[in-house]
Amino acid sequence: MLETIGAFWAEYGDVLIEGSWETLIMVTISTVLSYVIGVPLGVALIVTQPQGIRPHRGICGVLGWIVNIGRSLPFAILLVALMPFTRALVGTAIGVKGAIPPLVISAAPFVARMVETSLSEVDAGVVEAAQSMGASPLQIVRKVYLPEAMPSLVLGGAISVVTILAYTAIAGMVGAGGLGDIAIQYGHNRGVTSLMWVTVVFLIIFVQIIQWVFNWWSKRIDKRLDQTADTRKFAPLEMLAHFVHTK
Amino acid sequence: MSIIQIQHLYKTFGTGESAVHALEDINLDIQEGEIFGIIGLSGAGKSTLVRCMNLLERPTSGSVVVDGKEMTALSEKELRLARRNVTMIFQSFNLLMQRTCLKNVCFPMEISGVPAAQAKKRALELLELVGLAEKAGSYPSQLSGGQKQRVAIARALATDPKVLLCDEATSALDPTTTASILALLKDLNEKLGVTVVVITHQMSVIEEICSRVAILDGGVMAEQGKVEDIFSHPSTDAARRLVYPGGVSLEQYPSGTRAVRVAFNGGTAYQPLIASLAIDLGVKVNILGADTREIDGKAFGTMLLGLPDDPNDAAKALSYIRAQPNVSAEEVAYHA
Ligand SMILES: Nc1ncnc2c1ncn2[C@@H]1O[C@H](COP(=O)(O)OP(=O)(O)OP(=O)(O)O)[C@@H](O)[C@H]1O
Ligand SMILES: [Mg+2]
Repeated sequence: MLETIGAFWAEYGDVLIEGSWETLIMVTISTVLSYVIGVPLGVALIVTQPQGIRPHRGICGVLGWIVNIGRSLPFAILLVALMPFTRALVGTAIGVKGAIPPLVISAAPFVARMVETSLSEVDAGVVEAAQSMGASPLQIVRKVYLPEAMPSLVLGGAISVVTILAYTAIAGMVGAGGLGDIAIQYGHNRGVTSLMWVTVVFLIIFVQIIQWVFNWWSKRIDKRLDQTADTRKFAPLEMLAHFVHTK
Repeated sequence: MSIIQIQHLYKTFGTGESAVHALEDINLDIQEGEIFGIIGLSGAGKSTLVRCMNLLERPTSGSVVVDGKEMTALSEKELRLARRNVTMIFQSFNLLMQRTCLKNVCFPMEISGVPAAQAKKRALELLELVGLAEKAGSYPSQLSGGQKQRVAIARALATDPKVLLCDEATSALDPTTTASILALLKDLNEKLGVTVVVITHQMSVIEEICSRVAILDGGVMAEQGKVEDIFSHPSTDAARRLVYPGGVSLEQYPSGTRAVRVAFNGGTAYQPLIASLAIDLGVKVNILGADTREIDGKAFGTMLLGLPDDPNDAAKALSYIRAQPNVSAEEVAYHA
């Protein structure tokens, strides 16, 4: 058993490490850029809605429309359709570099909706209180909406990151690099099904870790929760400790 | 000198068939330094009226002058500045849950550009003033309702306002905590000279701290005047509904019935009072209506008692009731 694993790792270890690294890079950069675009969009959607702090029917309508279109295009189609644009923008439509523009364009509207949802959970009374103290719309966004919604934004962040991770696997089909690419090239094209399954296991582990980290982070910063030992514990470490202990 | 002057104020929500006339021809004159009450049943338009005072709600028509400024004529920016002068506390406290108490009190000062160190110093003073200095580093979720409202009061005072608007500020609190918050408001009114506008649906709150009161009924001003006057001689139906507990109308009792309105402010429970009237004096009184609650064996609320026909018995009963601790009694007019 160990020997088989050793042999497998000797052959494919480098490929897996490189693939994981590429996936990590693609997910990180795409997430950051998606939030750079998605947060202002989500904020604008909340602020300009009819009950918002700066209602504006036109802006709200147009933005909602753009976001809905972005959300309804399947990623696989967008990926192919955007290839000329991607090439013009970053010089290539393949590899990690080529995958980032379609990933961002696809994820940003998704992030905008996540942000909108989180911000809409902020108590309207608190916003009204800020208005009654003479806060400007910009101050309300910076000092009320975003900080008050932070735990929820972080939880939404986990969903966004996992979605982007899934997109990178799809992007692998057109040679974007990363774990998805490995699964296609080795698993599908060369018939190394074992490697394909290993990449699946890697992806599952990634998703799990992302969820743990973001859950822990959200609880950690949420001052509505009792900040006792329980919310400070990090689940995976607890599990590891438990595992080591019982051995 | 009047600090808030409202003239011919109308507020209509929506248009056409579905229009709601929340306020109609409201006229009010609130004097600097007084504690003014606005009372009315749910949906009467109290919140709308108070939100028209800092223009969180823009009146459909009419004039709102606060501290000499016509609020409806101000630009957005001027309005934001003016709002620092008329701050507000709420039934649900509306504190920022992700900020400590200290940071909550600092919030309005951050908004108005007070340097951080100076804001912190002032915030600590204000927390001290409301008796919560030791909670400076706590988060709102770690506080009781009464403590949250104290923080909200400190926050509302951070910009040295001339007027403090209180929209049902004690409605989410138990009677003991309510009493302590009302005492604090009264104390701040005396110490700082801040004008306090109290919105409530509880007569007891008005009774406790207000000098003058306005009664709102279905969007119109039913009656306004000194609290004692309105309590002893309510001249409109709306006032009678609020003054007489349980909304009883005295018309249903034979004319000639003398009635007394008894307010319990956390003293003896009411049942023993009625019983001891019968035992000690041999006088029987009728409970015409009651709106009382007992908390920890203490009575709060009001009761309307019908006095015996015999003038002697009636006088005895009245003085007996008045002699009770934490009970006040007033004979009320029972004809329209
Ligand atoms: N934004 C709004 N849009 C439409 N109607 C409204 C709006 N705000 C208030 N109203 C209506 O105006 C009337 C007065 O409401 P308001 O909230 O001022 O009453 P209130 O006296 O404060 O009642 P409560 O004691 O329940 O708080 C109600 O009929 C209410 O439905
Ligand atoms: Mg109200």
